[in-house]
Amino acid sequence: MKGGWFRIYAYGFLLFLYAPILLLPIFAFNDGAIVAFPLAGFTTKWFEQLWVEPALHQALKNSLIIAVSASILSTCLGIFAARASTRYNFPLRGGIIGMIMLPLVLPEIILAIALLVVLLGIGIPLSIYTVILGHVLVCTPFSIAVLTAAFQSLDKSLEEAAYDLGETPASTFRLIILPLVTPGIISSLLMTFTISLDEFLMAFFLAGTEPTLPVYIFSQFRFPKSVPVVLALGTVLVVASIILLTIAEYFRRRGIAKTGGKDTGGFL
Amino acid sequence: MAQSAASQPSLPARAAPKRRSEAVNGLLMVSPTALYALLLLAAPLVTIFTYSFLTDGYLTVELTPTLGSYVEAWTNEVYRVVMLRSLGVAMAVTLVTVVLAFPIAYYVSFYVDPSRKSLWLFLITIPFWTSYLIRVFLWKVILGFNGVVNSGLMGLGLIDEPLTFLLYNTNSIVITLAHAYAPFAILPIFVALEKIDRSFLEAGRDLGESSFVTFLRVTLPLAMPGVISAVMIVFIPTIGDYVTPHLVGGPEGKMVANLVQVLYLKLDNYPLGSALAVSSMLLVGLVLMMAAMQLAIFGYVFKRIAGTTPLILAIFTALAAAQALLLLVVVLWLITDSAVLTVSLGAALHAVALVALRRKRSAL
Repeated sequence: MKGGWFRIYAYGFLLFLYAPILLLPIFAFNDGAIVAFPLAGFTTKWFEQLWVEPALHQALKNSLIIAVSASILSTCLGIFAARASTRYNFPLRGGIIGMIMLPLVLPEIILAIALLVVLLGIGIPLSIYTVILGHVLVCTPFSIAVLTAAFQSLDKSLEEAAYDLGETPASTFRLIILPLVTPGIISSLLMTFTISLDEFLMAFFLAGTEPTLPVYIFSQFRFPKSVPVVLALGTVLVVASIILLTIAEYFRRRGIAKTGGKDTGGFL
Repeated sequence: MAQSAASQPSLPARAAPKRRSEAVNGLLMVSPTALYALLLLAAPLVTIFTYSFLTDGYLTVELTPTLGSYVEAWTNEVYRVVMLRSLGVAMAVTLVTVVLAFPIAYYVSFYVDPSRKSLWLFLITIPFWTSYLIRVFLWKVILGFNGVVNSGLMGLGLIDEPLTFLLYNTNSIVITLAHAYAPFAILPIFVALEKIDRSFLEAGRDLGESSFVTFLRVTLPLAMPGVISAVMIVFIPTIGDYVTPHLVGGPEGKMVANLVQVLYLKLDNYPLGSALAVSSMLLVGLVLMMAAMQLAIFGYVFKRIAGTTPLILAIFTALAAAQALLLLVVVLWLITDSAVLTVSLGAALHAVALVALRRKRSAL
């Protein structure tokens, strides 16, 4: 067997990675108010309760508005940065890209309080718009990571051919480059949407009185009674995220294949 | 290009932007994103850095410069303990995560069929993107008093009473964070391993090295850039994690982010909150620098192991050992309740390194 012990370890590790996600549906369908073993029987009542929680629906609506806006904005910003860093050599390139990518490593709490202080300082009231600002900051580095892979494998001679045939830089971008990187853009949109939908800390600090879905979930953890409903909600969210990410991965791979690049795998 | 420009006079004007220098084009192209980051990232970071040197007034921040917040953060036992605990937890998480991640990255890079590598990486990253809050909460269910681990072990008859050291302490924080950051550690190591020219390994074995020594002398040094980025990408964010200590840390498991949140949202003490945040980043920087030094010393010993005088070798080995010991003592001092876990893992890691050194020496 290839890999021997490594293989056994790898499968064991996958089990460790997936343990919480595998347990989630077990408790979401468990007919007991206490989330613990032994199980009490099968029920779908926690899922049914999802339909009758107005606070939950409001939070979902906020989250969707934020996620759609943040994914579009951060993907647009990602296109500029990824295109600039793969196509041009300019002074301070490393420094500028490094600054843009900083949210990837910096603890989110620091980003959140920094933004909070500045927004309150210039007198902008907290709302879903301030959450969008924060989420764009967090999502842009991931968008750049996906899009850089798509732009990097572009053949520069295609673009030069277009110039030689009399196209302007703008029309070249629209006619040649954009179609080639479209799968990468779709992948980036789906991924940043998923990240924004799941992001908690920025929303916790910046949402004011308009909670997002994760902020709502976090507030419900305080009441043991509502935990099974939250787990049912979590099951729905996990299934939705996996579907979105699978589509994103499909487009990411297609994008790299389309521009003739070699797939090194992985989002990061 | 020149030909067509000559025949069609309108073209040079249309193509004019292309003639602008590459630097200007690049800067223009990156400017929207850079401007966004400058306004909403760099400027706010400078602001909290400045706040950390200002005085806290009632519901306001006064513009009197002071080091008072830092003095408070570093001398008040409450803040000091929490900061050092956060550092200890982040170090333990980094160690556990990277040590657990390496074999996975190695397996996927060296043993998995190339056509299936993407699938493996996708499987590894999926849990990372799905509902962080719910995942953390489920660790509470897994590690709790009548949780999965306890009921499983009791069902097997291995224990009579539920284990209580699993939840609401730094152990549970370390386990949960190691789980959350695993993909972040696996991917950079995998990328570094993928870049290794496989013929190097064959050369190593052809020259009569055992596969273990080949791994130590060829694979491991070449994988180091990946390991280093894995360490940074796990270590820096974990020290500021808020959700995990809040949900599974219990009353004795608060970390810096929890204090910063209270100081900012409940007590309105922005200078002290900022000073704590800045201090934790300073601590991270310091530890990373120390680790870099240790790595440099180990690297030097590995490289110079042949053809150097025994004295220099002994000095460097002693230095490396002393630094390793220092690091261990610091970690031991920082966290009391998960000290056993950390020290045993740390000791194992250093033992492997020392055994490798000795093997190398005796082989020569």
